Amino acid sequence: MTPAEMDPEMNDQAPDPTAGGVPPVDSELKAKALAALRTVEHEPGAAKPDPILTADHVHRQFGGLVAVDVEHVQVQRGSITALIGPNGAGKTTFFNLLTGFDRPDKGDWRFNEKSLRKVRAHQIAHLGMVRTFQLTKALSRLTVIENMRLGATGQSGENVFKAILPFLWRGQEQEITDRADEILAYFKLDTKREDFAGSLSGGQRKLLEMARALMVQPEMVMLDEPMAGVNPALKQSLLGHVKALRDRGMTVLFVEHDMDMVRDVADWVVVMAQGQIIAEGPPLAVMADDRVIDAYLGAHHDTDLSAMDVHELDMEEAAELATHPREEHER
Amino acid sequence: MDWGLIGSNALEAAIGADMIIYCLAAIGLNVHFGYAGLLNFGQAAFVAVAAYGLATMVATFGLSFWLGISVGLVAVIVLAVLLGVPTLRLRADYLAIVTLAAAEIVRLTFRSVTLRDTFGGSDGLQGFARGFYALSPYTTGIDFGPISFSARQSWSITVGWVLIILASLLVWMLMRSPWGRVLKGIREDEDAVRSLGKNVYSYKLQALLIGGLIGALAGFMYALAQAAVQPDFTSPDFTFFAYTILILGGAARVLGPVLGAAIFWGLLSLSDGLLRGAQNEYAIPEWLLGSTDVGAVRFMLVGAALMLLMIFRPQGILGDRKELALDAR
Repeated sequence: MTPAEMDPEMNDQAPDPTAGGVPPVDSELKAKALAALRTVEHEPGAAKPDPILTADHVHRQFGGLVAVDVEHVQVQRGSITALIGPNGAGKTTFFNLLTGFDRPDKGDWRFNEKSLRKVRAHQIAHLGMVRTFQLTKALSRLTVIENMRLGATGQSGENVFKAILPFLWRGQEQEITDRADEILAYFKLDTKREDFAGSLSGGQRKLLEMARALMVQPEMVMLDEPMAGVNPALKQSLLGHVKALRDRGMTVLFVEHDMDMVRDVADWVVVMAQGQIIAEGPPLAVMADDRVIDAYLGAHHDTDLSAMDVHELDMEEAAELATHPREEHER
Repeated sequence: MDWGLIGSNALEAAIGADMIIYCLAAIGLNVHFGYAGLLNFGQAAFVAVAAYGLATMVATFGLSFWLGISVGLVAVIVLAVLLGVPTLRLRADYLAIVTLAAAEIVRLTFRSVTLRDTFGGSDGLQGFARGFYALSPYTTGIDFGPISFSARQSWSITVGWVLIILASLLVWMLMRSPWGRVLKGIREDEDAVRSLGKNVYSYKLQALLIGGLIGALAGFMYALAQAAVQPDFTSPDFTFFAYTILILGGAARVLGPVLGAAIFWGLLSLSDGLLRGAQNEYAIPEWLLGSTDVGAVRFMLVGAALMLLMIFRPQGILGDRKELALDAR
């Protein structure tokens, strides 16, 4: 554990920013999101009153393995939605498909009613959607502040011809730096400003990645396992930051294994298993759902297998294989 | 042993034509490898295409010097696009394989018997540099302290150093700009940069082009300084020497290639002078070091010096040790 992580200040809930780099908190947004979701059915593919992201028939196959086969799913604007599921359920693959880092075999998905089917990964940030990665991607040999500056979109100095004429971009660079400093201060990374990102601890890198994503000024933030590899002391701080994203008007979709985190921050939970959406609902309802328990623990989780009839098990297995002819999805 | 002569030869080598050629090639590689993280193992191809573009236009087709330069530059742009478009979307190692192969294809094409009438086969081409030396303002050579160059050498060295300064200035200006920041970000992790809305592919292609065009300057300097081109000058060794120079001086440092090239060629000349001097003076037995072995042994000495450098200063002379240590994490 690094000193910064032991610093009790880091464990605070996200503090109130005084600056324009981070949008202001609207404490009613959480209540609004929950109210909107109250009317939604607890069924896979349930329609939301105001979806920011909608996916239809998204299908991705690797050889004979169907990794993702999502019929229909919507994400409510202004909510925190968790995407959970057992290992190999296709969560990260689905995430990569939604953010343009992988291409589906078929299907369509829309962000703010704009189809993303033909949109490339780097264009998605310009539409207002930004993602982070399961394995944190801090740019090691760039300083923290340079990492932040890189996040800003629409920089004229990123054009190679304008780059050699500093007077064309210096003003914008100053604005970007001011905004970056505000966000860094908010994430309490301002003391690390001039350090190489590679010298930060795992948790600090997660924070930096989230802070850098905010430089894009996104409408929707996609977090791939934000808690992976973060020590418990920093977890509370990160949780606070995730909630704060929603309270500042952003929509959050995150993949997570940590059920405590899901219960704590998610307004809505979508469960994937074997590439499909098998359940949806508020955290507590979903965790009590039989389909979810089956998917995580197997249908026989509370039976002693040795006490069961082997023949019966074989029959069940055969029946299951017949009802899920996975290889025949495509052909 | 004539210490004065050995010293002045080493000094001349440290700023002379060979140094200039390799320095420019390494500045281009610095844009590729040092800043953008592109593993270009075919810098020799850019050098060869530019040199032959110029030489062929003037010597074979009798066109003007400036037209030759333009053709060389256009050929380099075409080569960069040809190499970059199919490979830059793939993982880094594909570019390495493709560029290494492309450099050999280029070299073997220039030395092929079939195209002898155009490219001059393994003898290469000469007699195309008149237009260049006609521009020279030098009537006598430079004679400055221990250094002396002929009038012709003085002109090519002057032009070469102007090009080194301009190329270094360009790299310095680009790399402190937001454009350079994107490039360095791509070197660290291209997916992260893509997620932040940058067209990574386009930036990599731009970097390949700019580094290739600086490599073209090395090609022109090679052709003009020797007033001749031979295909085997741009064998794979060329690229690896350029990498050696880059890493010796310090990658991702603006002046790394300049310092690296000066030290590399200075050391090479120094060890050559010392070995030959020792041979004359102390009668080293033929079985230990024959007179024809000196050329090879000096590379062994420089290689040993480089190994020591890599052990004690792995980041290169201008590099930042802290930065290098991050890779180990």
